[in-house]
Amino acid sequence: MALKASALKVGDTHSERVVENLSRTQIVQYAGVSGDYNPLHTDDVYTREAAGYKSVFAHGMLTMGLTSKMLTNYVGDGRLTKFGVRFTNQVWPGDTLDSTATVEAIREENGQKLVDLKLSTKNQNGVEVVSGNATARIDG
Amino acid sequence: MAKITFPVEATHIMMFARAIGDTNPVYHDAEAAKKSEVGGIIAPPSFAQAVAQFDPDYHLRPKPGQKWFGSGATPSGVEGKPASSGGLHAEQHYEYIRPLRPGDVLTCETKPGKTWERESKRAGKLTFRERVTEYRDQNGELVMIARGVGVTTERPVDAG
Repeated sequence: MALKASALKVGDTHSERVVENLSRTQIVQYAGVSGDYNPLHTDDVYTREAAGYKSVFAHGMLTMGLTSKMLTNYVGDGRLTKFGVRFTNQVWPGDTLDSTATVEAIREENGQKLVDLKLSTKNQNGVEVVSGNATARIDG
Repeated sequence: MAKITFPVEATHIMMFARAIGDTNPVYHDAEAAKKSEVGGIIAPPSFAQAVAQFDPDYHLRPKPGQKWFGSGATPSGVEGKPASSGGLHAEQHYEYIRPLRPGDVLTCETKPGKTWERESKRAGKLTFRERVTEYRDQNGELVMIARGVGVTTERPVDAG
């Protein structure tokens, strides 16, 4: 279900709620599969008492993964050519995140139609936690 | 830096998709994936981060017989307070030549990139370090390029 250039215009948006009330368990689940067991994500005692944060927080890469879910639901599977993000604020247990892609350009490169997207993931307070860009192959 | 061999496996992809809450069948259902546009199971876009599992020296995984800096009997298993909050991830960028698939055996080579510094009100002096990783498949073909930026902070980031 790929996007079609003929049905897209600059400024179009697609939004999804990518997590509701993020659990510490999901953060640990991500730690286990990614291999990143940093205690800042998995160990509340260390994070509060040794590192000086209020609690564990999500891996930036978990937030990137949550954002990617919205992105691939929008552009289709195996369609991305580029995907990049900046982690602008921490994501905490209990956060609810909404991700949005906005069409910035529809163009053609070597005969392949492409869409450039601006990405933003915000928490329940409207604070941006991830900003980014992606490019995907689309149909004519 | 040594090259890392990263075998891409269907179970690992399924577990990764679960951790990001992605129920797309293309990540776990071989039959459904076969009928889809991509013709089989593929990995989610940020899956390559799990290469850490295959790095024998990865510093954020506890190892038998070695001290771990997380809590046990005391808040940190390493003597004294850690010097800072340690490294945080500032940016991650991927360029895809093709999706990763179960059965791929990737060779990953990481090279240091640029380093720069910036002052921040929320965390003091920030030192940014870039790392660029090339992922090549079993045929030696480049399949993706990852560029990560890590930051070390002078003090823990204010929640703001």
